[in-house]
Amino acid sequence: MPTSYTELYFPVLVQALIAMGLAGGLLTASYILGKRVRNRVKDMPYESGIVPTGDARQRFSVKFYLVAMLFILFDIEAIFLYPWVVVYRELKMFAFVEMLVFVILILSGFFYMWKKGALDWSGTDLSRRRR
Amino acid sequence: MLIDTVLFYIFAALVLGGGILTITRRNAVHSAMWLIVSLLGVAGLYLQQQAEFLFAVQIVLYVGGIMVLFLFVIMLVNLDQAARERQFNRHWFVALVAVAAVGAEIGYFIYRGRTGFHIAELGAPIAAPHALGNTEMLADTLFSEYLLPFEIASLLLLVAVVGAVVMAKKRIQ
Amino acid sequence: MPGNFATASDVIRFLPEIILAVMGTLLMILDPLLHRRSSNAFGHLSILALAGALGGAIYAYLNGGPAFGGMLMVDGFATFFGVLVIVAGILTILPSYRFLARQGAETSEYHALLLFSVAGQCLMVAANDLIMVFIGLEISSISSYILAGYLREDKRANEASLKYFLLGSFATAFFLYGVALIYGSTGTINLAGVNVVLSGPGAPSLVFVGVAAALMFVGLGFKVSAAPFQVWTPDVYQGAPTPISAFLSAGPKAAAFAVFLRIFTTAFAPIGHGWEPLVWASALLSMTIGNFAALQQSNIKRMLAYSSIAHAGYVLVALTARSEVGTAAAMFYLAAYAFMNIGAFAVVSHLSGKGERYQNIEDFSGLAQKQPLAAAMFSIFLLSLIGVPLTGGFFGKFYIFKAALESHLVWLTVLGLLNSAVAAYYYLRILVMMYMREPAEATEAVEPLSPGLRLALIVPAIGTLFLGIFPNWVLDFAGKSSVLLK
Repeated sequence: MPTSYTELYFPVLVQALIAMGLAGGLLTASYILGKRVRNRVKDMPYESGIVPTGDARQRFSVKFYLVAMLFILFDIEAIFLYPWVVVYRELKMFAFVEMLVFVILILSGFFYMWKKGALDWSGTDLSRRRR
Repeated sequence: MLIDTVLFYIFAALVLGGGILTITRRNAVHSAMWLIVSLLGVAGLYLQQQAEFLFAVQIVLYVGGIMVLFLFVIMLVNLDQAARERQFNRHWFVALVAVAAVGAEIGYFIYRGRTGFHIAELGAPIAAPHALGNTEMLADTLFSEYLLPFEIASLLLLVAVVGAVVMAKKRIQ
Repeated sequence: MPGNFATASDVIRFLPEIILAVMGTLLMILDPLLHRRSSNAFGHLSILALAGALGGAIYAYLNGGPAFGGMLMVDGFATFFGVLVIVAGILTILPSYRFLARQGAETSEYHALLLFSVAGQCLMVAANDLIMVFIGLEISSISSYILAGYLREDKRANEASLKYFLLGSFATAFFLYGVALIYGSTGTINLAGVNVVLSGPGAPSLVFVGVAAALMFVGLGFKVSAAPFQVWTPDVYQGAPTPISAFLSAGPKAAAFAVFLRIFTTAFAPIGHGWEPLVWASALLSMTIGNFAALQQSNIKRMLAYSSIAHAGYVLVALTARSEVGTAAAMFYLAAYAFMNIGAFAVVSHLSGKGERYQNIEDFSGLAQKQPLAAAMFSIFLLSLIGVPLTGGFFGKFYIFKAALESHLVWLTVLGLLNSAVAAYYYLRILVMMYMREPAEATEAVEPLSPGLRLALIVPAIGTLFLGIFPNWVLDFAGKSSVLLK
């Protein structure tokens, strides 16, 4: 039985250390053991075949942002479900109604976004879809 | 305990180092990556304070969700063009004054020491850490006493959704 | 028992917010379903929602008391400001019909966001707990940021929205930092609880509470556009759609002042002598900067923005008085200000034309010949803004300076009165333009008054005159409510 808080999470700490050690070790090993060839062709994104054209960094479509926004929304909703689950048995119907109201409000946001065409990726933009 | 102290300094170093690198990197994507390091350090500190739920929130929401949003937003901006334009982070004098003020503040606090200040006592004694999990205690309060802020938070999220759609729609047209 | 956390009386006291939130959500999801690009239906629905909320607020007042375990406090003070922000919402929608149609903007999200914003303000004014204040503030502010940039093609609106958003979030962060310090040092975020801890024997060191109060002052000072946190105001008021500028100067401002009054006169009352000089300086600075900058403006929206800064200064004078009389004076003043300023902006919105071309003071020349009604109403609002007797503005200023004198703030009163004399000049300039000049391009092109706009001019004018002729009705209520505050 662990006697202190740190002891309780000691396995996690050990795991984190092992993970970091493994990743660091492998990188170091390949750095030490690997053979390094440096020339212009080797530095190209595709070592053989297609010659790259232009810059890889292009502006993303704003649709990604909407998706990310939606993701956060449901992320927040999901994170509230964790504490809810813990007390659900205790508060019963009350907690259920509470979460129901919360989820309905969030879902109406989702519905709005969906119907508005914010999730539509098939080339039609929002304004055209509405006509 | 020694290991606690050592861990605290490791996490604090992550927070501060990550923070400094976040604001000094010129490449916005690199800044975002260092911000992740800083946020992970904060998560570690939360865990040390036995706030497991906040730890999970920090990892899932900030490191996971909000950083994804940050990266998407960075990708939305034309970085090459932004780098060429006039930068607004060159107010060295103002920054120095602010740092000096905060430094003096911290110095004053250290000089007075922990006993130099009085903080009101908490009404109820905090339950022993293992009697009831932190998440459970938090949930008890959140879903009973703080029910209204919890429900209203969903309204705030709703406003954010409408705002995102209204604002983003503008760019598409 | 869990049932105790949300009783029927809790729900009744929360009625206006529920109505607004539900109707806002409804408008939002109705929009994609009713495939219509621009329609008045959303405007009618939101006026209906606000009228319902008004009824709800009064019903809640009749069944008043604390709700949700002290999170909210439905008292006279909350109801006064609740009704004020709801009426401000209605008066914003009236000129919006024509405005949105003229700019070819969509209506549903506009109205949904407006309802959400008013809901946030209702929460703010009733909040008795710092966490509720914060959430209400956020709902109100985020909706306002978006509304300020609602006209998509307008570059200036984009700039306004971005500036408002960046500075506003920064201010909210300051406020939140203050809240965190209060919780850390007193162990409670309930306003009454903070008061008890601060006046008790185990009060925390003044360093913590003082810093917390200062941080919260910064955050709220930004929201009410008090100097030195006023820099955003002219740009945002100029760039935002005109009805929204009117709304920003009435609703969110009154709500932020309500929070200001409630926090500083209840929670921070024990350290009143500490924050008084801070508010004193801010009041003087706001009045002076606002009035002297307004003198030099040629754009009417910028001028009204600076005048709004100056008026925030007058209300801060009432706060500096730290008395119940001062609180009542501030309440009365904010009510009068909401009417006269929304009315003034409605005239500006009427005249500005498509793309808001006409915003200069010269554009008002000869309005009296073309549209005597609009000019007459505008005159009432301007005279009230100056503080001429028989208007609400006069009694507002009178009560504020009376409260200041009762609290022995002689210098502040003298400087405030000098300031109002300066202010008369730039308001009178517009009157001269309207009545003593020949019609110019803008006044020639002005369209006839629509029914909505007619109402949007007459109702605030009646309100302004009513407050000027029968001030006691409102003042008595305000006086009673300010006693209830603690």
